[in-house]
Amino acid sequence: MVRIYIDQKPYDVKPGKNLLETCLTLGLDLPYFCWHPAMGSVGACRQCAVKLFKDENDKTGRLVMACMEGVRDNMYLSVNDTVAHDFRSQNIEWLMSNHPHDCAVCDEGGSCHLQDMTVMTGHAYRRFRFPKRTYQNQYLGPFLHHEMNRCIQCYRCVRFYKDYAGGKDLDVFAAHNHVYFGREKDGVLENEFSGNLAEVCPTGVFTDKTLREHYTRKWDMTMAPSVCQHCSLGCNIIAGERYGALRQITNRFNGAVNGYFICDRGRYGYEFVNDPGRVRQPVIRSEKEGRNLFENLSGILTEGKLIGIGSPRASLEANFALRRLVGEAHFYQGIPENEALLLRKILAIQHSGHMYTPSLKETEYADVTLVLGEDPTNSAPRLALALRQAVRIKPLEKIAGANIPLWNDAAVREMIQDEKGELFIAYPVNTKLDEVASGTLHAAPEDIARLGFAIAHYIDDSAPEPQGMDARALESARRMADLLKRAERPLIVSGTSLFNEDIIQAAYQIGQALEKGEKKAAMCFVMPECNSAGLAMMQAPSLAMAMKAAETGNFATAVILENDLYRRAERSEIDRFLNAFKNTIVLDHQENDTARMATVLIPTATFAEGEGTLVNNEERAQRFFQVFMPKNEHIRESWRWLDEFRQFRDGTKPDELRELDNLLEELVRAMPQFKGAEMAAPLSDFRINGQRIPREPHRFSGRTAMLANVAVSEPKPPEDTDSPLSFTMEGYRGMPPAPLTPFYWSPGWNSGQSVHKYQSEAGGPLRGGDPGVRLLGGGIHFSNGFQSAIPSAFERQENEMALVPLAHIFGSDELSVLSPAVEGRAPRPYLALNSLDAERLHTAEGAVLRMRIGDQVFDLPVILKNELPEGLAGLPYNLTSLLGITWPAKGILTNTTS
Amino acid sequence: MISLLRSIGLIFLHMFRKRETIQYPEEKVVLHPRWRGRIVLTRDPDGGERCVGCYLCAAACPVDCISLQATEDEQGRRYPAFFRINFSRCIFCGYCEEACPTYAIQLTPDFEMGEYNRQNLVYEKEDLLIDSQGKYPGYNYYKVAGLAAGVKGKGEGANEEPPVDIRSLIP
Repeated sequence: MVRIYIDQKPYDVKPGKNLLETCLTLGLDLPYFCWHPAMGSVGACRQCAVKLFKDENDKTGRLVMACMEGVRDNMYLSVNDTVAHDFRSQNIEWLMSNHPHDCAVCDEGGSCHLQDMTVMTGHAYRRFRFPKRTYQNQYLGPFLHHEMNRCIQCYRCVRFYKDYAGGKDLDVFAAHNHVYFGREKDGVLENEFSGNLAEVCPTGVFTDKTLREHYTRKWDMTMAPSVCQHCSLGCNIIAGERYGALRQITNRFNGAVNGYFICDRGRYGYEFVNDPGRVRQPVIRSEKEGRNLFENLSGILTEGKLIGIGSPRASLEANFALRRLVGEAHFYQGIPENEALLLRKILAIQHSGHMYTPSLKETEYADVTLVLGEDPTNSAPRLALALRQAVRIKPLEKIAGANIPLWNDAAVREMIQDEKGELFIAYPVNTKLDEVASGTLHAAPEDIARLGFAIAHYIDDSAPEPQGMDARALESARRMADLLKRAERPLIVSGTSLFNEDIIQAAYQIGQALEKGEKKAAMCFVMPECNSAGLAMMQAPSLAMAMKAAETGNFATAVILENDLYRRAERSEIDRFLNAFKNTIVLDHQENDTARMATVLIPTATFAEGEGTLVNNEERAQRFFQVFMPKNEHIRESWRWLDEFRQFRDGTKPDELRELDNLLEELVRAMPQFKGAEMAAPLSDFRINGQRIPREPHRFSGRTAMLANVAVSEPKPPEDTDSPLSFTMEGYRGMPPAPLTPFYWSPGWNSGQSVHKYQSEAGGPLRGGDPGVRLLGGGIHFSNGFQSAIPSAFERQENEMALVPLAHIFGSDELSVLSPAVEGRAPRPYLALNSLDAERLHTAEGAVLRMRIGDQVFDLPVILKNELPEGLAGLPYNLTSLLGITWPAKGILTNTTS
Repeated sequence: MISLLRSIGLIFLHMFRKRETIQYPEEKVVLHPRWRGRIVLTRDPDGGERCVGCYLCAAACPVDCISLQATEDEQGRRYPAFFRINFSRCIFCGYCEEACPTYAIQLTPDFEMGEYNRQNLVYEKEDLLIDSQGKYPGYNYYKVAGLAAGVKGKGEGANEEPPVDIRSLIP
C-alpha cells in the first residue's frame, strides 16, 4: 500500500497500478476513452488529464494523463483542479467537433460511453461552426454494423482486434485527422471475437447488427444474469428481452471465467429462442386423441416402467427432475458411449486431486502450454482468446527488468515485439492458433496421443515410452518435455473434440509425470456441451446402455429431455430404440427429428425463459436466470414439467412443490458430489431491505402502453417464484450480489463501462467474489500408476479412411446455428483430404465424393488440406446435414463420377 | 325576509350581466398553438415520417404511456414499426415533445378526445400520424444527421465535408 493525496485527501492505494484505475477504484469519476482494463493504457485519447504536484507545497502542478502515470508513494494530485477539469472538457469538445448528430438513430445511444463522458465533463453546446468530417462505411458481415462518422480515434478497436484477439483484417488506414478504422475493403470480419468491438468501441462505430433487426435501447430491456449455452466454458452473459423476444446478448463480467469478452457464437447464437419454428404447443400423437394433455399424460405415465434420457444441454435441475421421475436405475445420459467414457475419465482426473483444474482466467497466465488434440478456436473459443494472452506471459517476464509497468501497453508491445512464449499444438489440421504457436504437429489422434506419452516419458523415465515414433515428433516431444519441466505454470489443454481416450490419458500421464517433479500441472479439458460436466457427474450410463436396456427391460414409455437423439447415433439405431416403446414423451424447445417422433411433445423453456444451473468444463456450477415470462403458458421449464409429472407416479401434489430451491436441495442430498451447486446463487427468498432485485432499469418505458392494444387495463406483472429477481422495475436499486446482477448501470455511467463500479477494484474481481461455485471438493481417486498400454501408430488403411471430426465455431453447435447470422458463417458440409489421398481417389478440390459410414451415405465436396496425414479425412463436426455419426468413425470413400 | 328578497333581487340583476360560461360545444375556446393537447406524429418537408424510433419520448414519459418499436427500411432509414400512445394514461405534460430530437412528436391544441370505451383511447401509429409538419416547418432530421439513410449521401449534408479519401495522405 502506498499513500497518495487526491485533492488534499489521503488515500492508501495498491502500488503498481496507474492513476486512472486507482481513481476509478476509489470511486472518483474520471473520464477516459482509450484505456481498457483488459488492454492497458496507451494515452491516445488525452481524456483522463489530472494535475500532478511535485510535493505538498507545489501549487502550480502540471497536467498528466492519469492512465500513463504510475502510482508512487506520497503523490499529490488533483482531479477537480480547474485547469485539469477545463482540459478534459475542451478535449471532449474537440473530439465532438466531428461527431455526427446521430444519437437518435445510433444503436449505442443509452449505453454510450461517449455520451456519458460528454455529460460528465459538462460539454453541452457545440461552439465549433465548421463542417464535419465524413467517411464512407463498410460492410463488415452479419455481426457488426459500421458507421465510421462516429469515430473519436481512441484506437480501442484495433488494439482489441489485432493486439488482443489476433485478428488480421481490421486496421487503421490513412493519416492525420483522416484516420479510418476498418477493413482493407468491404467484407466479413473474420475474427471469432469481432462482436466484442460493439462493447469495446466507446461510441457507435461498431454496433450489434442482429440487435439492429429488432432494435431496443438498453434501458428498455428486461435483463437477467445468464450463462452462455453454446460451449462447455460457461461464459457469463446478460440476456435482454423486449416485447416477448430475446433482443441482445452482452458480456457479463466474471473475473474467473470470461472477463470482459465473449465469442461471437455466444453473442449472436441467441436467436433460436425467437425461432418461429419452435415447439410452442404440446402435441399429442397417441391413439387417445382428443383428450387434453394432462389426461393423456396420466394415462401414459401411470402404466408400466419409464426410461429417462437426459441431456448435456439441459440444466442440472431438469436432468435431476427426470432422474427422480423415472428412478435412478432407469436414468441414462443421452450421449454416445464413447463420449460418456471420455467424460467419465476427465471427471476422474479432475477429481483425483493430483491435477490442478485452472479457471479460464488462470489459463491466461500459463507460461508453457501444450494443446493435445483440440482446436480451441472452434471447440471452446474463449479459451483460444485466453491462450493468445498466455503466449505473452514468457516475453513479459523481461519487462520486469526494463522498468516498464505492465499496464503501459504500447511500451510493453514495443518491447516484446513478436516474441512468443511456448505453445505447442497437436491437432490433425491447421488451427488458427498455429500462428502464435512455437510448435505444431499435424497427426492422427493416435499419434497425438503417442506424442503425449512420449512427452510424459521424457519428463519422467518411469513412464512408458512409445516405440517407433518418427524423429521429428520425438524431437518435439523432447523439447516440450524439457519446457514443461522448467515451466512455472505449465498448462495442458485437451478434451473430447477428437473422441480419443488415449489423448486424454496421455494428457493425464504428462500431468502425473510433472507431479513427480513436485509440480502441479494445470489441466484444462474441453467438453462438448454446456452441461456435459454436470450430466456426467450424475454418473448415469450412456445412450448405448439405454438402447440395450430398452431391448430387454420392458419399458412402456421413454421420456426424452431436450435431446435430439438423431445427433447421438445412427438413424436406424435411434429408430429401433424409439420404436421399442409404446409411448415417447419428448420435452424440447426445438422442432427436431426426435421431437417429430414423439407421441407426446411438450414445449419447454429455453435458457431465456427459465432458471437452471450448469456445470462448466472446470466444474463451476453457475446459475442462469429467467429473462422473461413467455406469453405462451405452455412454455415452462423442463424441470417444472417433470416435477409435476410426479403426481401421476407417486401422487405428489403439484402445489406442494417449492420448486427450484427444493429441487436443488434434493439434488445435493441425492448426489453429494453436487454439494455447493445450491449456493451458486442466493435462494429465491433472498431479499435486500425486503426488496427484490429488478430485472428492468429504472428508465424502463412503455409499461402502460406495451400491452394496451390487447387490453387497456394493465395486467398484473408476472411473479417470479424461483428467484430473488423481479420482472418489473420496482425493487432494490443498489448494488446486487454478483450472481444476481441483471445489468451494469451506475449514475453517470450508462454503458457497460460501468462494470468497474461493480468490481472490488477496477479490472479486478466482482464485489463479493466472482459468481459460480467450483464442485471439485472430495472426489473419486484415480489410480496413480502410469498406464503402460500405448496405442499403436496410425496407419493408412487401403480400403477405408479414418475420419476425424473437425469442430467449427459456427456450425458445430446445435442451437447457435439456428441464428440466421451464425448460420451464414457456418461451413457447408465438406470432406477434407490430403492431396495424395485425393489423387488416389482421382478427385480434386470441389469434386464430390461418396462416403459410406456404416449404413449412412453422404455425398460431400472435397477440400484439400495437405497437412492432414495420409489415410485420414476430416469432416465438420455436428453440422445439421451430417448427423448420426458415431465418433471415432471410419468411412469408405468412393468416387461416383469415375 | 328582507335578505331573502335581496338575494332574489341580486340574482335577477345577474341575468343582465355578461355570461362567464362558454356555450361549448356550440362555442369553442381559443386554443393557442402551444396548447398541450392530443399528441400527433408529424412528417418532414419531403413527406417522410419524422419519427426515427429513438425511444426518447417513451423514456421521458412519466406515466410510461408510449410504446414503440423501431425498424429500418432498405436504405437504413429508421421509422417506428408500431407507435402506441395510451391516452387514458397520458397526462399531456409535453415531456415527449421536449425529448424528441426530430420534432416528430408534437402536442396539438385539441382536447376533444372523449370516449365511452376506454379501449378507444389507445391510439396506434395510424391514428397519430398526420400529413403535416406541425409547429416546426422545414426541419428534416436526416439532412443534418451524419448517416446516409436515403435522404442525402455521406458528406452531402449542410455542414459536412465530402467523405474522406482514405487512400490519400494529402492533408
